[in-house]
Amino acid sequence: MITNRLMNTRGTLSFYVYAILLGTALLVPLFNLLPPEGSAFHLSDYTVTLLGKYLCFALLALALDLVWGYCGILSLGHCAFFALGGYAMGMYLMRMIGPRGVYGDPILPDFMVFLNWDELPWYWLGFDNFLFAMLMAVLVPGALAFVFGLLAFRSRVTGVYFSIITQALTFALMLAFFRNDMGFGGNNGLTDFKEILGFDIQARSTRAGLFVASVAALAAGYAICRAIVTSKLGKVLLAVRDAESRTRFLGYRPDRYKLFVWTVSACLAGVAGALYVPQVGIINPSEFTPANSIEAVVWVAVGGRGTLAGAILGGVFVNGMKTWFTSSFPDMWLFALGGLFIFVTLLLPKGILGTFLDYYGKRKGTGTDVAAPIAPAAAPPEAPAPEQEGRPRELERAGA
Amino acid sequence: MTTQTSHTMLYLDGVTVSFDGFKALNALSLTLEPGEMRAIIGPNGAGKTTMMDVITGKTRPDEGEALFAGRHDLTSMDESRIANLGIGRKFQKPTVFECHTVWDNLLLALKANRSVAAALFARTSAAQRGKIDELLETINLKDARDVSAANLSHGQKQWLEIGMLLAQDPQLLLVDEPAAGMTDAETAETAKLLRKINETRTVVVVEHDMDFVRDLDVKVTVLHEGSVLAEGSLAHVSADERVIEVYLGR
Repeated sequence: MITNRLMNTRGTLSFYVYAILLGTALLVPLFNLLPPEGSAFHLSDYTVTLLGKYLCFALLALALDLVWGYCGILSLGHCAFFALGGYAMGMYLMRMIGPRGVYGDPILPDFMVFLNWDELPWYWLGFDNFLFAMLMAVLVPGALAFVFGLLAFRSRVTGVYFSIITQALTFALMLAFFRNDMGFGGNNGLTDFKEILGFDIQARSTRAGLFVASVAALAAGYAICRAIVTSKLGKVLLAVRDAESRTRFLGYRPDRYKLFVWTVSACLAGVAGALYVPQVGIINPSEFTPANSIEAVVWVAVGGRGTLAGAILGGVFVNGMKTWFTSSFPDMWLFALGGLFIFVTLLLPKGILGTFLDYYGKRKGTGTDVAAPIAPAAAPPEAPAPEQEGRPRELERAGA
Repeated sequence: MTTQTSHTMLYLDGVTVSFDGFKALNALSLTLEPGEMRAIIGPNGAGKTTMMDVITGKTRPDEGEALFAGRHDLTSMDESRIANLGIGRKFQKPTVFECHTVWDNLLLALKANRSVAAALFARTSAAQRGKIDELLETINLKDARDVSAANLSHGQKQWLEIGMLLAQDPQLLLVDEPAAGMTDAETAETAKLLRKINETRTVVVVEHDMDFVRDLDVKVTVLHEGSVLAEGSLAHVSADERVIEVYLGR
């Protein structure tokens, strides 16, 4: 019975998420396009783009929550997948510039002309096709995550060690993309985009369209994540998170389950990156910066790990704070971010939404949230958890 | 010898495991007939847990043979494959999934296709529900089916874990100190439960509690320093000079 009622609470929660997303998708473009500029109801183009950016970050946070909140895989390199998706979109947008570049070459992007290249490298072929580029925005991060995860999970690399190699992954990619001869624009990255699918990328209606696409992607991502975590597979994931070796003795292969969500998560991050790039108008190697990925972890922790909706909330909330702080008190932002993280870790270990659900659940007498982990949000759950199954080998040897 | 191994449930021959030169198991040999219940006793560090680790694939032996049902070479398989063959293990410390309800714990343990795709699209069938209800009855947790496993008492967790073991429908059960930390009433109940399980399955019980072993009234194997010291009824091994010296006499 308790399960049923909890399911209801969570069902209601997802209803609110969809309703808010639908409302956002309708109202934001409406207030941007209809009221005349200067009207009190007018939303500036800047705000629309800003909100669109937040939604992309929210999708990234959602992807991170799927692996961290539900499977205990703390990725400190998720921005690598985000940036790869962004580069796929950026390559398409570069090809769409056509002869309007500074050097006027009909095929080659400016930076290639500048490097005296004669033809497109093979890996740029096909990116003039939107569908192909979008497929790559999903498949390239997915394939990288699959290979990376296959090696890491099969070797049973977990916890802090896994987190560290994800940092190394994104750092290595950053260094690689900084090199000019990689063919991705080096330091400057890809920018000066003109149009997407034939629409002027600066136009107000295009921006509104991109905004709606971001909301739709976020809603679809949420639906996918929910389908995963509410299935039996989701129960196995939680079991793996809390007692991995026990699942093995039940006959499950935790490495395959981890690989599945890890790959799905990377694909979602790739989509987020692909929608981010046309809205901000640039993609460069700084998106791979390890610190970015750590910031994404903070969004999830603040919003509420293991709740999905909390990750969306955290992504929007923390980035909103960031915009406000960096414009009002530019020197204070890093202190505020650090302070926020410490505050949440110490006082709200389940994040904003997790704490709210707990409070709401207690008032209604339905107990606590199912998925939110017991460990503090900031600590990787694998590290402090003692060996569940009997005595560790060292103790056995010592005759304990 | 080979003809004899073909119908044993478990066959260990000359199994040696060493950690940094220390021999946790030293040429251990043991056979188990189908349908048997065996109690394994021995002082701390005798290699009881390591033996379980070898059988369930957690530890790979340096030497020796480990065969299940006469044909499956356990030394070449990993934990999940061995579990799917039909060997279930209950740990000394009860390890249930604390974030899940009793019902979900049993559902996860229930014998089914363990692949990712199967789990993603799994629907709990009426037959599975019936099976879980039956198990809840067996382990006395019918009223606690929707309780989060984290909120169970120690004894209830032990029973839930035994229930999960049964849900896997294994042929061979390895049970590590099932009575540890239990009250006398719970211990007696557990002995009854194990005997009932033994009606259809082969069971190995590792235990410290002599009263509990006497309660079970089965063949006993005494381990010492990684190999078998004595084997037979409890009365028989209790009379053995060497056993008294290393274990009972202390």
